Amino acid sequence: MDQVTLARALFGSSMAFHIIFATLGVGVPLMIAAAETLFQIKKDKDYETMAKRWTKGFAVLLGVAIPSGTIVGTMLTLLWPGFMEIVGQVIALPFQIEIFAFFLEALFMSIYVYAADRLSPGMRILSVTLVALGASASAVLITDAQAWMNTPQGFRYDNGVVTDVHPWQAFFNPSFFVTAGHVLVSAYMTGAFAIASIGAYQLLRGRHSERVFAYHRKGLFLGLAIGGIMSLLTALNGHETAQMLHKHQPEKLAASEGLFHTTAYAPLVVFGTPDPEVGEVVGGIKLPWMLSFLATNRFDGVVKGLYDYPREDWPPLYVHTLFNLMVGIGTLLIGYALLAVLYRYIRKRPFPRWLLLLFLTGGPLAMIGIETGWIFSCSARQPWTIYHIQRTSEAAIKSGNLGMLFVLFLSIYAVLLVLTVLVLTFYFRRHPVSAVLDKTT
Amino acid sequence: MDNSTIAIVIIWGMVFIYSILGSIDFGAGFWAMVYKTDANAGKIANRYLSPSWEVTNVFLVLLVVSLAAFFPHSAGILGTILIVPVCLVLLLLLIRSAFLVYSFSVKAYGRVLNIVSGLTGLLIPGLLVSVLPVTLGGFIDTAGEHPSLPLGRLFSSPSLYAHVGFGLSVELFLSALFLADYSHEAENREAYRLFRRAAIGLGPTALGMALLTAFTMVPEAHWIVENMQRQAPWFLLSVAAFAVGYTALWWKRRDGGHGFPRVAVISVVAQLGLASYAYGAAHMPYIVYPFSTVERGFTNDAMFYSLLGGYVVGALVFLPVFYLFWRLFLKDKRYLKTE
Ligand code: HDD
Ligand code: HEM
Ligand code: HEM
Repeated sequence: MDQVTLARALFGSSMAFHIIFATLGVGVPLMIAAAETLFQIKKDKDYETMAKRWTKGFAVLLGVAIPSGTIVGTMLTLLWPGFMEIVGQVIALPFQIEIFAFFLEALFMSIYVYAADRLSPGMRILSVTLVALGASASAVLITDAQAWMNTPQGFRYDNGVVTDVHPWQAFFNPSFFVTAGHVLVSAYMTGAFAIASIGAYQLLRGRHSERVFAYHRKGLFLGLAIGGIMSLLTALNGHETAQMLHKHQPEKLAASEGLFHTTAYAPLVVFGTPDPEVGEVVGGIKLPWMLSFLATNRFDGVVKGLYDYPREDWPPLYVHTLFNLMVGIGTLLIGYALLAVLYRYIRKRPFPRWLLLLFLTGGPLAMIGIETGWIFSCSARQPWTIYHIQRTSEAAIKSGNLGMLFVLFLSIYAVLLVLTVLVLTFYFRRHPVSAVLDKTT
Repeated sequence: MDNSTIAIVIIWGMVFIYSILGSIDFGAGFWAMVYKTDANAGKIANRYLSPSWEVTNVFLVLLVVSLAAFFPHSAGILGTILIVPVCLVLLLLLIRSAFLVYSFSVKAYGRVLNIVSGLTGLLIPGLLVSVLPVTLGGFIDTAGEHPSLPLGRLFSSPSLYAHVGFGLSVELFLSALFLADYSHEAENREAYRLFRRAAIGLGPTALGMALLTAFTMVPEAHWIVENMQRQAPWFLLSVAAFAVGYTALWWKRRDGGHGFPRVAVISVVAQLGLASYAYGAAHMPYIVYPFSTVERGFTNDAMFYSLLGGYVVGALVFLPVFYLFWRLFLKDKRYLKTE
């Protein structure tokens, strides 16, 4: 691999690792805050127990989220010095403000965990809400930097010199609000479905007392409820995001749908392989007119195709598959939530085994949605790091031993993934919820 | 003062704050490992570490982000040159924090996990300190198209080891001193005795290593030695502050005990502040000698003012929260004395 490819591989895999913990770090605090609030409203001790146990798991996840975030943050400077030179002059604000979001989260996390017994109930809810707020704010702010890379503004760039800088214009770039909204709601839905998966797993395992079953049913349903709402919002907002692409990054939309010819009544193609020689997607399922509708809200809207752009500016074509996976998962998970509603409120029956098995897959699927979504967003921006301003090859580090570092980082990531799962399993086996519940009744 | 000078003073402030907090943090990890069997002292170290390590880490991120924001050009050069040592620091940091939280959850393997976080507590500051001699020039290879750092030359240089030795002795001295004060606050006599003894041994070592470091500078770095001579009054003040702090460990208390650890901590922090101010002033105007100066590496004025506004607002909002944090974890006897 050449230097630029290595830098991309090292950075991309580090991001892919961080995002697992970071997304749960945004989604799980919302669930904890929801459980704490339900406990204060309903006075049902089960919710307090839930909040406590999820916090325990969350603290472990945070132990990996924080240093892995420190890694990607520093790597940005290490691997993309050309990019950071522009970032420092134009879009440093979200990075700076994000630090304060980190402070908020880290300080109140410690307060919530280590001072819980010394806090009043109101202060407890306040601290956990501030933790959730800090995590969400950090996601919004980092996404701002990413949105600016897609729709840069607030400066002039000629011959490698940055002039006429307006930091707040850069901050409020055109894709900021939609993209940040999408990242937030998709993170909430992932946290919620992850919690639902755990509940489903416990119900499937059986061998519990009725008391413990009831506890897990509450957890499962809370996850499904919040997950369902958030997946609806994700899809609605995803639609808006696609329209943003249509307006600001037409090549990206074209690549995501494998559209080669600029046309009205453009079809949406699900799966298949875009083939530049044939000029369309081979082997996919065609939904006529739908892409035009998705992008412009009307069937006769004109959507730009890749042939309008020089070949060396095309994104890689595999992004079509990534995009399909993300949207497919989003649609599927809305279906999960609908099934849950159907069984609980309309048929008024407990969830059958096959449904629990489906719910078990919800968390991992949502995580795959996050991963494919991000890899899509970053890869489909290629060959640009800053859209139409700076190419990735100009941004990358010029010297350094990246091969060795890549192998080193990958192995540690793999080890830590395994260890984290082991530690969490070990802890919750050692401290089963039955022990807590039997004490309180 | 022009804007780039204000910016470098802010960066200096952050380096200073992180070096204090980082020393105490990594040092506490180390002491928790060493005094594992002296249950009291190990517990005290862990009691400080559990709620504080995340917050300390944010200060590291603050430093990195501020450097990249105020001096984007210099940050690019530093990153390119230092990619290998910095990546090693990052890896160790990842391992350490992960093992720290693992060990809070899995008591059964506590010892192994404890050793990992203790040893990384020594290695990370050691590697971080290696940044200093590199910024002084002399190690950077300019033969190729882009500057790079030949690791062989760096790691065979006595100057590097003097810097590392200096960094480690200061880290351990400061953290022992701080934990002595923390145990004193927790009214834990046994732990106080251990940490006070450690601090007494390490104080002179740190001072001696500082001198040794100045004498082992590579020839290319002589510019800073000359500049440092011009800062002599500050260095003298710093030694005086050290003398006050060190002797404070023996002052008699009214209750018959020995030492005023709070006075010692404050004086030694003042000492480090004075010395690092003098060192920073001598380092001017270079960020990386001779590639990057404060003026050439600076961002534009519009960005500078926005960032400055951000820091002022952030500091105002967070000062009360830091005060609350301090009250809850460094002052509240109910926390300090929990079993
Ligand atoms: C559980 C995760 C998840 C799910 C179910 C969806 N998304 Fe998504 N999507 C993301 C998670 C995500 C993400 C990881 O959060 C991304 C990556 C970059 C970003 O801004 O958000 C993203 C990016 C992203 C982009 C690219 C934005 C850009 O590159 O600037 C578009 C057009 C969509 N999404 C559209 C959709 C649509 C139409 C969905 C229909 C249901 C959908 N997403 C579901
Ligand atoms: C959308 C993607 C991302 C999300 C949702 C996200 C979210 C998070 C969360 C929740 C944390 C833990 C915060 C804390 O407790 O302090 C975190 C840590 C961190 N993230 Fe990310 N992050 C994302 C991408 C990035 C990127 C691209 C960078 C770097 C440029 C980054 C830099 C950091 C840093 C430096 C930390 C450590 C902060 C600390 O020391 O507390 N993150 N992130
Ligand atoms: C958190 C989830 C993310 C993942 C999984 C991810 C993944 C990737 C991948 C795979 C690449 C390599 C792209 C390629 O070469 O084809 C990349 C590049 C990059 N990403 Fe992301 N990314 C994420 C978030 C972000 C965010 C929030 C930012 C903004 C600060 C960001 C900034 C970059 C930069 C600067 C590059 C390198 C230059 C480039 O390839 O354009 N990434 N990322």
